[in-house]
Amino acid sequence: MESTAENITYSKESIEELKQDILKKYPTKVARKRAKQIIINKIDEGDAVPEIGANTRTVPGILTQRGCTYAGCKGVILGPTRDLVNIVHGPIGCSFYAWLTRRNQTRPVDDNDENFMTYCFSTDMQDSDIVFGGEGKLRQAVQEAYDLFHPKAISIFATCPVGLIGDDIHQVAREMKEKLGINVFAFSCEGYKGVSQSAGHHIANNGIFKHVVGEDDTVKEGEYKINLLGEYNIGGDGFEIDRILEECGIQVVSTFSGNSTYGQFANCHTADLNTVMCHRSINYVAEMMETKFGIPWIKINFIGAKSTAKSLRKIADYFGEQKLKDRVEEVIAREMPEVEKVMMDVRSRCEGKTAMMFVGGSRAHHYQELFNEMGMKTLSAGYEFAHRDDYEGRKVLPTIKIDADSRNIEELEVEQDPARYKPRKTDEQMKALADQGYTFKDYKGMMPEMEANSLVIDDISHYETERLIEFYEPDIVCAGIKEKFVVQKSGVPMKQLHSYDSGGPYAGFRGAVNFYKEIDRMVNSKVKTYLKAPWQKNPELSGHYVWE
Amino acid sequence: MLLRHTPKEIKERSALVINPAKTCQPVGAMYAALGIHACMPHSHGSQGCCSYHRSALTRHYKEPAMATTSSFTEGSSVFGGQANLIQAIDNIFTIYEPDIIAVHTTCLSETIGDDITQIGRKAKDDGKVPEGKYVIHCNTPSYVGSHVTGFANMCKGMVDYFSEKTGEKKNVFNIIPGFVEPSDMEEIKRLVSAMGIEFIMFPDTSGVLNGPLTGHFSMYPEGGVTIEQLKATGDSTGTLALGDTASSLAAKTLDTKFKVPCEILDLPIGLSATDAFIDTLRKVAGVPVPDSITYERGQMVDLISDMHQYFYGKKVALFGDPDQLVSLTRFLLDLDMKPVHIVTGTPGKKFEKTIQDLTADLPYTVNVKESGDMFLLHQWIKNEPVDLLIGNTYGKYIARDEDIPFLRHGFPILDRVGHSYFPTVGYKGGIRLLEKILDLLLDRIDRDAKEESFELVL
Repeated sequence: MESTAENITYSKESIEELKQDILKKYPTKVARKRAKQIIINKIDEGDAVPEIGANTRTVPGILTQRGCTYAGCKGVILGPTRDLVNIVHGPIGCSFYAWLTRRNQTRPVDDNDENFMTYCFSTDMQDSDIVFGGEGKLRQAVQEAYDLFHPKAISIFATCPVGLIGDDIHQVAREMKEKLGINVFAFSCEGYKGVSQSAGHHIANNGIFKHVVGEDDTVKEGEYKINLLGEYNIGGDGFEIDRILEECGIQVVSTFSGNSTYGQFANCHTADLNTVMCHRSINYVAEMMETKFGIPWIKINFIGAKSTAKSLRKIADYFGEQKLKDRVEEVIAREMPEVEKVMMDVRSRCEGKTAMMFVGGSRAHHYQELFNEMGMKTLSAGYEFAHRDDYEGRKVLPTIKIDADSRNIEELEVEQDPARYKPRKTDEQMKALADQGYTFKDYKGMMPEMEANSLVIDDISHYETERLIEFYEPDIVCAGIKEKFVVQKSGVPMKQLHSYDSGGPYAGFRGAVNFYKEIDRMVNSKVKTYLKAPWQKNPELSGHYVWE
Repeated sequence: MLLRHTPKEIKERSALVINPAKTCQPVGAMYAALGIHACMPHSHGSQGCCSYHRSALTRHYKEPAMATTSSFTEGSSVFGGQANLIQAIDNIFTIYEPDIIAVHTTCLSETIGDDITQIGRKAKDDGKVPEGKYVIHCNTPSYVGSHVTGFANMCKGMVDYFSEKTGEKKNVFNIIPGFVEPSDMEEIKRLVSAMGIEFIMFPDTSGVLNGPLTGHFSMYPEGGVTIEQLKATGDSTGTLALGDTASSLAAKTLDTKFKVPCEILDLPIGLSATDAFIDTLRKVAGVPVPDSITYERGQMVDLISDMHQYFYGKKVALFGDPDQLVSLTRFLLDLDMKPVHIVTGTPGKKFEKTIQDLTADLPYTVNVKESGDMFLLHQWIKNEPVDLLIGNTYGKYIARDEDIPFLRHGFPILDRVGHSYFPTVGYKGGIRLLEKILDLLLDRIDRDAKEESFELVL
């Protein structure tokens, strides 16, 4: 019988048994901690879901997916800004590994436009710098970068030893800013801060908010101006979103931070709406911009064709003008037939297949939309570095305890800008929108949208992944490069959802089509029929071979 | 242009490295540790180090690269990483059940001065190291040397922890293959076996990082040097260290500690370096070279002779690791090609001297730099263009901007496959290198030829 996604169900008991069996392998203390991060989903009234342990330390020795604070700051957030010279202050490795490996694409406007993304800058600290301090070398490196490139701005990133030896990178930045007459700013994003990349996202965004946002008050032309927050243009996702928004007549003032420039950040406060893609990495920027400049924010999602349509409508409803609403409908009507054609085609081969996703701070949620559209079911999912609100929804924010690791990360005190604060909507307009059921600053989280009894796992370990593959026998697993070949050795295709395995874009309408085709290719691959050689399938020789 | 801001004019830089031709020690240590059977490499530092190194190794080998981390937090950075490491050791032996944990340090744990020997001892005293299992370590401060230094240090760690002397000398040779591909290690083993020589190769990543797809994931594949083999290295007749930077440290340690003499050779890449390797094997082991190897050599010489016109006089820029660059330079000279710019990021004054000596007879002075970077290499190329660029994947940006045929060689190769399966060491490997270089040069001739001179036969 052909199975369909709907009829693949697991009883609570069987999942509980799996969970307990997994925990058995761990030393008692570890098992106790992991038990809080391995949750059997249950949705109660008002989208209430069980509490999950998240944004807590990874246990030493556990094979984790997570990276460090520096990776989140330099690699993720500031990596995609093309006209910044990003100098990494530290031994060579940190800068080397963050060099071009994330696939955030950028498109300079012409041959003369600045683009430093192909370059890797480092102070390459040596043992003498560790012993005697590296401030002098850093100062000189900033000077050399300036002399060579005359960039608009230079940013400095701290690596682990910098914090330990006490180099004052912020002082160096202030001095060089004064001396060179360009913006120079620094990030204390030592790898050991926080518990994952997430801390680095926060440090990066705080830094941009403090040092860059609001530097340029030029109000650009455009009727419907938005910022796109938390979209990193992996594999050209941002290009596809920009294309769609442009066709709708919506102007993107800035993207944080895919295909971005320094100028976009400086000018972003002139937009009239903040739209948030990756809630995890940037919701606090949206909050701060609302407080300081009066720009409301909404959660949107351009992963999945239906979500894309829904997000466009949500943006149009915010501005409220019929002209825009009509144009959005026209664009959706134009784009959907091709999407639906491919969707129906792949459904004939993918319907009923299953996936597991352990990735990111929003992707494990967003990509379930695309799998749903293909008739595929996500059996188990979790984030690498998200917080409880990304799982359970923003309603739990007041109940999240601030632990020592989170306290390390600076929370900016933001006030209304006396000159530039301007509410984008009157109270009446906001009330009218609310009456229609329009929600601002709302994110329901992943768990309320997953089925009961699906297994939600935070900061999944290698051991757990292996056990889950054994139990669920999924048709595809999505995670990152470190997990890629581990999973594939088991004969299960594995799609990278950080770097897209050099594919993409997967956002928007054309992205959805790309994704359907890619997953169709993978889950219906012939490779699994090749795993055994003929003599392994039939090892017994019966009698001698007789040549005719 | 992808590297649009690189000016032709060269300005001296003393502090800023741009586009490095090296990375840091721990990744080399992790790679070497994967060449021990049933070993879990462990990174004693922040999570990011381990994550970055595993990612780099995975992207290069397209294989699982398993390694754990001490997951330092701010607290451990202040109070020391002992608690983290002991907990890690307990978890690793309980959950992942390796025979050995090979710890390497990071700039973080080095800066705070964690004493791994003492922590390892405490773990053992606390009963966290099961009977018959081992915790070994090496120090790999990221602010000294490069990834090659890290590889060398982990090789030394293997000797420090395992090598023993029973007093009974064995007619066995230790071979330290250097920071080369699993395919290269396999090829070196084939050649030594063909000569009928008994040997112990360490580390040995063949069968670990170039394994088959079977439908079953194995955390510890069949390959890798075993503990018994490592212990026995102290009884061997001698050690051949291939590549001075990567392999001589462990070889010299075996000599100092156990009086196992060593020969330090260039990596057997290309004709003369492979000749030296085979000839040394013959002499130290007192065995004849089998005809099959002489035959392979003859095939390589045949190819050099057949296609000499295409190699002759072609200018080449190279970047990468010192051991590879020395052998490749010798090979280019064997072919009458002209190495003109050579850069390694790995520090060490010896490198420049070696290249200068090798190229002393050339009618021009070769640009050579240790502790250099690819930005400088690119500037040199802008000042004196070349016909071929050799280096790791990062070279593709220079190659595209300057329209130069580009041979990927070294670590990391992130955008092509083949290096895991096809060696570049030995005569067979040399033939593969020749084929690759020829493909590039001849494709260029075909691409640029006018219609009337577009030739069927080359």
